[in-house]
Amino acid sequence: MSSPPLIEMRDIVKVYPNGVVANDGVHFTVEPGEIHALVGENGAGKTTLMKILYGLESPTQGEIRLRGRPVHFRSPLDAIAHGIGMVHQNFMLIPSFTVAENIVLGQEPRHRMLVDREAALQITRELSQQYGLRVEAEAVVDSVPVGMRQRVEILKTLYRGAEILILDEPTAVLTPQETQELFQAIRALVAQGKTVIFITHKLREVKEISDRVTVMRNGRVMGTLPTAQATTDQLARMMVGRDVLLTVEKPPAQPGEPVLEVRDLTYVSETGRTMLRDVRFTVRAGEILGVAGVEGNGQTELVEVLTGLRPATGGSARVRGREILNATPRQVRLSGVAHIPEDRLNNGLALTATINENLIVDRYFRPPFLRGLFIDSQVVQEHGVRLIQAFDIRAPGGDVPVASLSGGNMQKVIVAREFSAEPVLLIAAQPTRGIDVGATEFIRRQLVEKRSGGTAVLLISADLAEVMSLSDRLVVMYEGQITGVFPQVDRVSEEELGLYMLGLRRQTPEEMEAYL
Amino acid sequence: MSIGLVLRGIFSALFVASVLRISTPLILPALGGLISDLAGVINIALEGIMLVAAFTGVVVSAYTQNVWLGVLAGLAVGTLFSLILALFHLYLKTDIILAGIALNIMAQGGTVFLLFTLTGDKGSSASLASGTVPRVVIPLLHDVPVLGTILSGHHIFTYLAFLLAVVVAVFLYRTPLGTHLRAVGENPEAAASVGINVVRVQTIAIGLSGLLASLGGLSLSMAYLSFFQNNMTAGRGFIALAAIFLGGRTPWGTLLAAVFFGFADALANQFGSLQVPPQWVQMIPYAATVIALVVYNVRRRRQAIERARRMQEQLHAQGTAFGGGD
Ligand SMILES: Nc1ncnc2c1ncn2[C@@H]1O[C@H](COP(=O)(O)OP(=O)(O)O)[C@@H](O)[C@H]1O
Ligand SMILES: [Mg+2]
Repeated sequence: MSSPPLIEMRDIVKVYPNGVVANDGVHFTVEPGEIHALVGENGAGKTTLMKILYGLESPTQGEIRLRGRPVHFRSPLDAIAHGIGMVHQNFMLIPSFTVAENIVLGQEPRHRMLVDREAALQITRELSQQYGLRVEAEAVVDSVPVGMRQRVEILKTLYRGAEILILDEPTAVLTPQETQELFQAIRALVAQGKTVIFITHKLREVKEISDRVTVMRNGRVMGTLPTAQATTDQLARMMVGRDVLLTVEKPPAQPGEPVLEVRDLTYVSETGRTMLRDVRFTVRAGEILGVAGVEGNGQTELVEVLTGLRPATGGSARVRGREILNATPRQVRLSGVAHIPEDRLNNGLALTATINENLIVDRYFRPPFLRGLFIDSQVVQEHGVRLIQAFDIRAPGGDVPVASLSGGNMQKVIVAREFSAEPVLLIAAQPTRGIDVGATEFIRRQLVEKRSGGTAVLLISADLAEVMSLSDRLVVMYEGQITGVFPQVDRVSEEELGLYMLGLRRQTPEEMEAYL
Repeated sequence: MSIGLVLRGIFSALFVASVLRISTPLILPALGGLISDLAGVINIALEGIMLVAAFTGVVVSAYTQNVWLGVLAGLAVGTLFSLILALFHLYLKTDIILAGIALNIMAQGGTVFLLFTLTGDKGSSASLASGTVPRVVIPLLHDVPVLGTILSGHHIFTYLAFLLAVVVAVFLYRTPLGTHLRAVGENPEAAASVGINVVRVQTIAIGLSGLLASLGGLSLSMAYLSFFQNNMTAGRGFIALAAIFLGGRTPWGTLLAAVFFGFADALANQFGSLQVPPQWVQMIPYAATVIALVVYNVRRRRQAIERARRMQEQLHAQGTAFGGGD
């Protein structure tokens, strides 16, 4: 036999304390010097498997071998000592510390009893040079772009002597250009003898960067194969277990009257940061206006200001001519606005309340739900039954707490409530994030149907493919401004949008004027 | 007495010296509270810890007839008392605010109970022969007019308070442990992911805050006064918390804010000689705290709005709002 694989995870089972079986007999091997893609839908168990490899979670059952030898990691420190480093899906950085301070955190170079700052800067610059990962050693992390933060995370693992790097969905927060930069860095790392495990659910990236690919579904491995021999279709089928139709049938838009008119909207956060500046756009009846952009460029604030969850600092936003800025969320809703919030667990649902209750939170104070001083439970019950059926919510009944549903069905509860409110304007923020393909398809179809029925839709999504396929018109947000408007979505490529999302290109106000 | 006399009092070296003296039991707990606050474990039990230390110091020094044993015992018991907070919050997962409130109540009741048991008096320990720490007379400087009055002849806790401000600043920003402490306070998950033991660091932070608050308590009963009094901290532990926020959660800011509150307190003492109801005068330090916090927050909001306005003006002035990439 040839030499043993670098990593061999055998028969890994992980049952979380809440009973979720996240890994169910997983077998996973990595060869030295390869780029190994690990793909699967959200919830497939990829992160769990990697946390086990990194010593953050202990497996319920199973064995890990490193270069043929069994190892037991009790904490990440053990894994680090064995040359394993992990870059987490959500960055693990200290925002107020500098890049150099973050890189050496926990293993600071010392001079006498103090931290040797000069040495930390030196180390950072040398590592940065050696691996071609460009960072500003003295910049405060809070002020550097996402792409650089990611390079800081990678350098952090390299400083700790990582030979095997686990990158958990590193491209989720990157623009196409930043992704390319990351890929170059990964190739450089491999050229210097490192091994990389790359998690993603974007199949195009798998094809582009990896040598081998392992597909996971439902906590199991569906197969491992050389990337060169795999087609995207084949991988997609392995991921979801059936043929997928991710394109939405969309009749041409017939835009009508302006419904939402946003003018010179500015928002300054409590901490004094300008999150929105001079934002202006119009959404008409019967069209979907998409907002593309890297997350954190003001999209969240835009939605929250428009829905009354935050006070605006200046400007105006009118729904059918009526001002909605700085109104209460209820006033905003009563003017015909529905809202699918980005943070569905905190803002979209009351988790311990039942489905029926969640379906009336925006209307319980009106007849027929309110009769005299009391809520008519009979009406609430019937209302629940109707919506559960119409929106295909998979639940044992309307009386179960929402917390017991899967992510996709939770989102359907929100969609059912918001769509049944018969809004003139629907604001949908990340409507399909982190939910299964079936529910995604359903929600996308519903969105298009609503728009074809004459509702104005403002769609905010970090999923570029989603905004591009659903929107009739598109704007790009960068650092709190609208930096580009695209009246015909099929005339623009993902790469071009990427340039706008990165702030490398922008249109002048004159160019945009006509379309906003 | 006349206003004129009061004013003359304020603009005297003695008054400045009294500000330093009165600030001492605010600076010390504030520095301690800063440490635990930056570590993400706000210590609202500063008040109770001060009381416990003040009481212990007096009792032990009275029974051993040794001031230093009293100080050591006060520091030890006060710090241990603070570690109860760590035990409840970090290990038994109680809410830190509730646990802090419980400790404060326990300290206030407990010290009076023990005081009564030991002396038969619920008000003060005047009947115990407890000691006070020595004053430090700085040679030469002591005889310089004005400066000598201001800077020399204080109890050691006063010098310690200012010295510790420097030590705490160096500790927080230059040492590995201080760095870990701030990292833990800002993003515990990230700190844990590089192998920093979050619970250990937070325990140390609470212990250090207890140590510094104990010094503050001892400065009240073994320097500022020479006996223990029922509830002698009189809210200083809470004013110290206010000083941390007013000071922008930095050592220098906290020191400055604590001295400001000390100034307000000293002012109240001066006005004490006027013919106004004493309740009004005693309100000064607390009112100053509330006003200072309000002003601070209003100013912050105003600045934010101002910045937004300027930003918008700039954009309009440029005409090309979207010109020039960053
Ligand atoms: N700490 C946890 N406790 C309980 N369940 C968890 C935990 N982390 C993940 N899960 C569940 O385990 C499953 C797999 O999650 P994860 O490994 O994060 O998948 P992926 O990274 O492929 O999206 C999901 O159903 C998720 O809800
Ligand atoms: Mg994951």
